[in-house]
Amino acid sequence: MAGSVLSIKDLHVAIEGKEILKGVNLEIKGGEIHAIMGPNGTGKSTLSSAIMGHPKYEITSGSVTLDGEDVLEMEVDERAKAGLFLAMQYPSEINGVTNADFLRSAVNSRREEGKEISLMKFIRTMDSKMELLEMDPDMAQRYLNEGFSGGEKKRNEILQLMMIEPKIAILDEIDSGLDIDALKVVSKGINEMRGEDFGCLIITHYQRLLNYITPDHVHVMMQGRVVKSGGPELAQRLESEGYDWIKKELGIEDETVGHEA
Amino acid sequence: MTTELKLPFDQEYIKSFSKDMNEPEWLTELRIQSLTKAEALPLPRPDKTKINNWNFTQFDKLIVKSEAFASLNELPEQVKALVDMENNDKNIYVQRNNKPAYLSLSKESQEKGVIFTDIYTAAREHSDLLKKFFMTTAVKADEHKLTALHAAFLNGGAFLYIPRNVELDEPVQSVFIHDDEEASVFNHVLVVAEDNSSVTYVENYISTVESSNSLFNIVTEVIANSNAKVLYGAVDTLAKGVTTYVNRRGIAGRDARIEWALGLMNDGNTISENITNLIGDGSFGDTKTVVVGRGDQKQNFTTSVVHFGKNTEGFILKHGVMKDSASSIFNGIGKIEHGASKSNAVQESRVLMLSEKARGDANPILLIDEDDVTAGHAASVGRVDPLQLYYLMSRGISQKEAERLIIHGFLAPVVNVLPIEGVKKQLVEVIERKVK
Repeated sequence: MAGSVLSIKDLHVAIEGKEILKGVNLEIKGGEIHAIMGPNGTGKSTLSSAIMGHPKYEITSGSVTLDGEDVLEMEVDERAKAGLFLAMQYPSEINGVTNADFLRSAVNSRREEGKEISLMKFIRTMDSKMELLEMDPDMAQRYLNEGFSGGEKKRNEILQLMMIEPKIAILDEIDSGLDIDALKVVSKGINEMRGEDFGCLIITHYQRLLNYITPDHVHVMMQGRVVKSGGPELAQRLESEGYDWIKKELGIEDETVGHEA
Repeated sequence: MTTELKLPFDQEYIKSFSKDMNEPEWLTELRIQSLTKAEALPLPRPDKTKINNWNFTQFDKLIVKSEAFASLNELPEQVKALVDMENNDKNIYVQRNNKPAYLSLSKESQEKGVIFTDIYTAAREHSDLLKKFFMTTAVKADEHKLTALHAAFLNGGAFLYIPRNVELDEPVQSVFIHDDEEASVFNHVLVVAEDNSSVTYVENYISTVESSNSLFNIVTEVIANSNAKVLYGAVDTLAKGVTTYVNRRGIAGRDARIEWALGLMNDGNTISENITNLIGDGSFGDTKTVVVGRGDQKQNFTTSVVHFGKNTEGFILKHGVMKDSASSIFNGIGKIEHGASKSNAVQESRVLMLSEKARGDANPILLIDEDDVTAGHAASVGRVDPLQLYYLMSRGISQKEAERLIIHGFLAPVVNVLPIEGVKKQLVEVIERKVK
């Protein structure tokens, strides 16, 4: 079976009445890795939150479909079960719920009643993924994200990604706050997922993550729109020359839009 | 309502009841004195809950007839679930309404001189010891009308005595079964841990009747002497219609530790008071309480740690979930007396509201009469955090399941520290049932 297609068309999104996204168009297919780059405050994180269904964001027009199904009509959990995943920039901390219990609920939510994953199989799978991500085994029994360091939270997001195996994943600044070793580990996890059935949208400020995960497509966002798209070489040029040349080329003075939440 | 209702039993009745029970003179005397005082003493005044119209005095029978259990196999299924049926060498006391119904003491306890028995037997066989501690140190009979009634009408309870230097590895368990709609229970639990001893005690108050129109007046006293350690776990699941006054109080001596883990899951109106007095220098008190309110029940939970000794530490954690039209007041009081220098009082009260009509009120209070101390508190009343829900749901978990996870997590602090597997499981199931 060929991979899934996430299609975003002319998406407009507002937060508290203020328009942040002003017509985003993107198509991500299984097997492809896309990177969205851009300075702070240009709408990158808004895009990822809006696709997943964050309660604060209001879609004012446009469409998001996954394999033709209207994503925007779905509840958040239905979006996840349809195959979407968002590695969040600021994952919630949930007291009293262990990481392992949470992960098992997440895995089982995709299975029918009576066909839940066996505890042994679950633990084996989780242990092996945690080892790959060089996570302390204790983290399975710690409360979800509570007291986790920034780096631990990011690894934990990737652990969830690997356990859930979505069709399309959006990684929102998964590299921010990571030292180079952690960055390598997180990249290893993401690369492990690569394949025909897995599409990925990576949102980042920095080119350095793309040294470890080579994207197929690179997009630049400014003023709530995708203003430029290209191949991996676009990221290279941004790294060496910054964003000013794009602003100049497009006649943009202030690249930001509203404020990025 | 200001009319004073007549008490249901008079001096003569109490005297003859005490005689039937072969009680020592001092106890008969205490009953009679308390009965006399009860008439005039006022009700306690739990902050922000009006209890004038609650029935704490009117009931028909001081004793109901109940059969004992010849073995634990005769226990009702839901009680069996609380007990470690595999282990034949355990410490357990089962009471059925007012009737001591089953008792066993482990070999270890017997060899180490531990006393664990029903309150009637304790009065007969350990009169001097009971007299020394019974309503003399922690809770006084003449504090208010309900403590006085408690002493006068005492009709159930258990006595646990841990001698000096004895550390019990196995927990000690009491199960107080309420299976007669006409039963009202004035239950007294007295735990005395002598110097350098340690014990874990767990109790269940469980109704197996759906509802009744009875009252429970419960007093627990925990005396932890120098360097003693007491962990006290309780899960209360009394039925709708039962009006409960429950007072659990601890006295910690020098370097002693008292830790409470209370799952207060009654379905009826409840006044719960839990006070830990840190008398000795270096003593430690930790109170964890979780609560679920449902239906139209009214509850008041006052938790207090009072620091008298220097270098004392007190922690209060209270988490409550309110649904339907339930209404609850959570008073948390950290009090540091003058002279209790270098002490630390910390408290956290959180209430989760699951319905528009429910009411919850968290009142953190710090009363500090000493300069050289540290203290802190946090309190919140709110709904399930929409961002937490979003996060869980973004992993495919349904809203219902996500809420369930968050609520269980919220109430986990007590579940996690209960030492008996069956009791832990029961609390989880009760929570499940009550929040559904």
